[in-house]
Amino acid sequence: MDRATGITLRILRGHADLIILAVLILIVLPLMLDIFRLNLVGKYLTYAFVAVGIVLCWGYGGILSLGQGVFFGLGGYCMAMFLKLEASDPASTSIQSTPGIPDFMDWNQLTELPWFWEPFHSFAFTLFAVLAVPGILAFVVGLAMFKRRVGGVYFAIITQAVAAILSILIIGQQGYTGGVNGITDLKTLLGWDIRTDSARYALYFLNGALLLTVLVVARLIIGSKFGKLLVALRDREDRVRFSGYDVSNFKIFIFVVAAMMAAVGGAMFTLQVGFMSPSFVGVGPSIDMVVFAAVGGRMSPVGAVYGSLLVNWARTAFSESFPELWLLAMGAIFIGVVMLFPNGLAGMVDGMKGGFIRSTARLGGPTGASRGAPVPDQWPVGRPRAPTACERGALEPGGSVSVTGPSDHDLADRQGSLAH
Amino acid sequence: MEGLTLEEFGAILVMQGFNGLSYFCVLLLMALGLAIIFGQMGVINMAHGEFLTIGAYATFLLSWLSEHYAPWFMPYYFLLAVLLGFAAAFAVGHLTELALIRHLYRRPLDSLLATWGLALIMQQGFRSLFGAREVSATLPDWLLGSWQPVSGIDIPLNGLFVMALTMLLTAGVLILTYRSRWGLQMRATTQNRVMAGAVGIDTQQVDRFTFALGCGIAGVAGAAFTTIGSTGPTSGSLYIVDTFLVVVFGGAQSMLGTVASAFSIAQASSILEFFMTGSMAKVSVLLTIIVILMMRPEGLFRANVRR
Amino acid sequence: MTRNNRPRGLYTALGTALLTLAAAHAADHPTAAVNTTGLAVTDTTVVVGQLHSATGTMAISETGSIQAEQLAIAQINAMGGVLGRKIEVIQEDGGSDWPTFAEKARKLLVNDKVAAVFGCWTSASRKAVLPVFERENSMLYYPTFYEGLEQSKNVIYTGQEATQQILAGLDWIAKEKGAKTFFLVGSDYIWPRTSNKIARKHIENVLKGTVVGEEYYPLGHTNFGSLINKIKLKKPDVIYSIVVGGSNVAWWKQLKAAGVTPDKQTILTISVTEDEVLGIGGENVEGHYSAMKYFQSLDNDNNKAFVKAFKEKYGADSVIGDVTQAAYLGPWLWKAAVERAGSFDVDKVAAASPGIELTTAPEGYVKIHENHHLWSRLRIGQWQRDGQAKVLHESELLEPNPFPEGYQ
Repeated sequence: MDRATGITLRILRGHADLIILAVLILIVLPLMLDIFRLNLVGKYLTYAFVAVGIVLCWGYGGILSLGQGVFFGLGGYCMAMFLKLEASDPASTSIQSTPGIPDFMDWNQLTELPWFWEPFHSFAFTLFAVLAVPGILAFVVGLAMFKRRVGGVYFAIITQAVAAILSILIIGQQGYTGGVNGITDLKTLLGWDIRTDSARYALYFLNGALLLTVLVVARLIIGSKFGKLLVALRDREDRVRFSGYDVSNFKIFIFVVAAMMAAVGGAMFTLQVGFMSPSFVGVGPSIDMVVFAAVGGRMSPVGAVYGSLLVNWARTAFSESFPELWLLAMGAIFIGVVMLFPNGLAGMVDGMKGGFIRSTARLGGPTGASRGAPVPDQWPVGRPRAPTACERGALEPGGSVSVTGPSDHDLADRQGSLAH
Repeated sequence: MEGLTLEEFGAILVMQGFNGLSYFCVLLLMALGLAIIFGQMGVINMAHGEFLTIGAYATFLLSWLSEHYAPWFMPYYFLLAVLLGFAAAFAVGHLTELALIRHLYRRPLDSLLATWGLALIMQQGFRSLFGAREVSATLPDWLLGSWQPVSGIDIPLNGLFVMALTMLLTAGVLILTYRSRWGLQMRATTQNRVMAGAVGIDTQQVDRFTFALGCGIAGVAGAAFTTIGSTGPTSGSLYIVDTFLVVVFGGAQSMLGTVASAFSIAQASSILEFFMTGSMAKVSVLLTIIVILMMRPEGLFRANVRR
Repeated sequence: MTRNNRPRGLYTALGTALLTLAAAHAADHPTAAVNTTGLAVTDTTVVVGQLHSATGTMAISETGSIQAEQLAIAQINAMGGVLGRKIEVIQEDGGSDWPTFAEKARKLLVNDKVAAVFGCWTSASRKAVLPVFERENSMLYYPTFYEGLEQSKNVIYTGQEATQQILAGLDWIAKEKGAKTFFLVGSDYIWPRTSNKIARKHIENVLKGTVVGEEYYPLGHTNFGSLINKIKLKKPDVIYSIVVGGSNVAWWKQLKAAGVTPDKQTILTISVTEDEVLGIGGENVEGHYSAMKYFQSLDNDNNKAFVKAFKEKYGADSVIGDVTQAAYLGPWLWKAAVERAGSFDVDKVAAASPGIELTTAPEGYVKIHENHHLWSRLRIGQWQRDGQAKVLHESELLEPNPFPEGYQ
């Protein structure tokens, strides 16, 4: 009995932040807010799925993707296709020249449902596709990139191009995708009206529960041996490779996981907001989502949730009172979080705890250990850059000069190799 | 193609060839500043498009001023505008380096976020200063219309102007980078900062000048683009993805690579757009770039990189 | 029936006499009677919403609409308001982002309980908010000319739908220029594609002409050299252009530079208003034709008064395009409908709307059709170097037909 309580207590203590967040999302917010605001919070939380994925990919894996909006969008589109088919039953589309197909297809002279829409009549297939379609795309992109050792900055820019291609295709192929309008006017899910207040409540809780599940998954990944390897390859990719690991497989895996998380968020977005729009598949929203993660703390999945909530709440509050100032504020958040709080909210909280560092962070090597301290401290103003790769190798055992911030190894490598 | 004589066909061919060249110059002009900032310094400047916009607004401002206060100056203002575009963007770039970029040399991906934030702020700044609507600089007559060497062939004057400007600027940048003392210092600094500092190069000064120069070139491009494109708070953001692709595709560290990549992308787009619809041409070009980059991650020209 | 026997020149009607009248007016309409559904209406005020993009890429276009709606509301208030109640505005920013539009629409309707909303510009934003308006049952006054294929009890479309804007314009150019061959160009999204589809049907079936090319370029595309050469290869009688945004500026500047001048090539466009000419530059569109229901240069008393008031409020340099004028109609049409219904209740306002006439509209006379679109005229304007259009032709009053038979 005592032992059981002890274990429970230890688990509780180890995951206090997660439990606090769960209480906040599932109890405090629903009690505090009316359904309109709660629905908004639900929308913000769908972005948090993406941000958690970005924490895994970027904070832990060192892979910055500027195309996470693509996966969010694809997940959302899969769900929207199912809902649109349900909303387009022959009875309610009887005024169309071809009843039974979505209205935008009818406007574009399609006379039958395109083949790739057919399977979306099935809810089971849709649930599968929500994960599989973005997962497969991420796998293909990841396979092609990481096997060729494209990383860092290059990867970020190529994901931008992928986002540009998809957004041109979705907007251009409007007969199949709804074009720039997106897929709108979604009504029911398996006959259940998703626009009622009660449905909004239910979807909010479902969304919250899914998000907490995703956070647990993230924690499991980070705590596992794989998570440690991930941090290792972020900081010293070559060393991990020389130790006999196939680095690219780890990167592909974490990229696919992040894509699937984003996709779940997208699907929940569609359900709660009632439509899906190609505007997420562009570059801008993807970068915004990186900032949600950065505000929360790029090493903290729970922080990413707070980051998403905070930035989006600020966006709504600002644009309700000072629309003109919003872009200035958002820009300032971008710059501020990079310059002043590179470890985001989580870093500030840890800083306040005064050196109390959770085990996951400690395992992260030099970067993890410095998590409490803002990065600029490590590179005071005007100080020369850290040594390049060759010197770094020599200095490393001492460890004093070799502290690398997250995600900057690629450039260092590039410069290092140039110096040879 | 009924009713089309051989001569007309030839004329289209000539004009299409010119179009390819002129698009090449546009891409090169866009990418040149970024090739310095991103390629040489490794800073991902997402606000590059907004530095273009600075040049465009400088041109508009000068056009408006001379139209209202010195009509006699109208035919010549554009040349001054190019210089003003450079100066304005250079100055803002200098400040940006001082306040922001110099803290981020070790963190390229963070420089991406910070400059994206800067881009948002600059866009709102343009909107507050110049209004949300697009504006248009009144072009001098010598930049309007086309030159007809023979009947049937129209060579756009603004295209010729952009071309000449690009040639001059590219030559200037190449000479500056590879033949001047500053170029030597810049290359030394970006390749090995510690050693460069050790041999007595003021690396901070070199960084600041290099970044500001890249921004200044963007300003020149912005001034030139008022002849062929729009001037509004968000005009610059139209170019940003394409510009990065040109630089990356060329091989980020190679200036010549940027030239070659701008050339091949421009020719490919120009030809594909002629034979298929605009959207499909764009998608095909982007896909080809991605596939080639997968096969050659270092881009077209690799600068002796060892991995 | 309708209350349009006011003197022309709406803003001139300012006067204490009217204000006293209005105060008495409010007493005639006790709040409990005119507002049975819990809208934000008090004894002295009524709250409406305004939902446009003040930021983002669409701010370029929507600024004019924001200004025109505020001008109309200020003028209505100066005349004593609606049913004796002053109009108060809650302005929300859609930020050029469609999900944000939906969010803000819900906020206006659910939280603020506004009596009506004036807003949206792109079709995408309208599609995003439409389910919200239908579900929460409120009125949206939508100002932009658009592709049609839509009709809702909850929307009054104050701009023209596609057939109104396209057919009469094509008829005119075919008759006037003897045009037989057309090259259709557009930005790659729903409005240009749908509009060109209607244009193609009309050209092929009614005008017995041919479409020698139809091309679409992605939004934001800036290099049109290849397209211009392709067009030169086909030598069409008319280029029919529906390019939008930043692309539009690049397209016209490059046309001019490629020697595509009015003496050699006729261009008819439905995507250039005075607002766009500001960005394109008058010298680049000089001599080409736009088909619109409104031009700033329209020569009638309503319009002169409107232009004067607009410039007084927003500066002598400001210009007024088609959509800006259509946005200006929104508050007036709503006022007329509320007064006809004698109530702010949405159902009553919607029911009272068809048949509402506005003789004081700057564009002349408009009337709301049963399908909630406006009867209006189409004009052909030829652009001048100073950025104004010379109106060459005016159609008869055109019936709105958002679901045109034989054009789909």
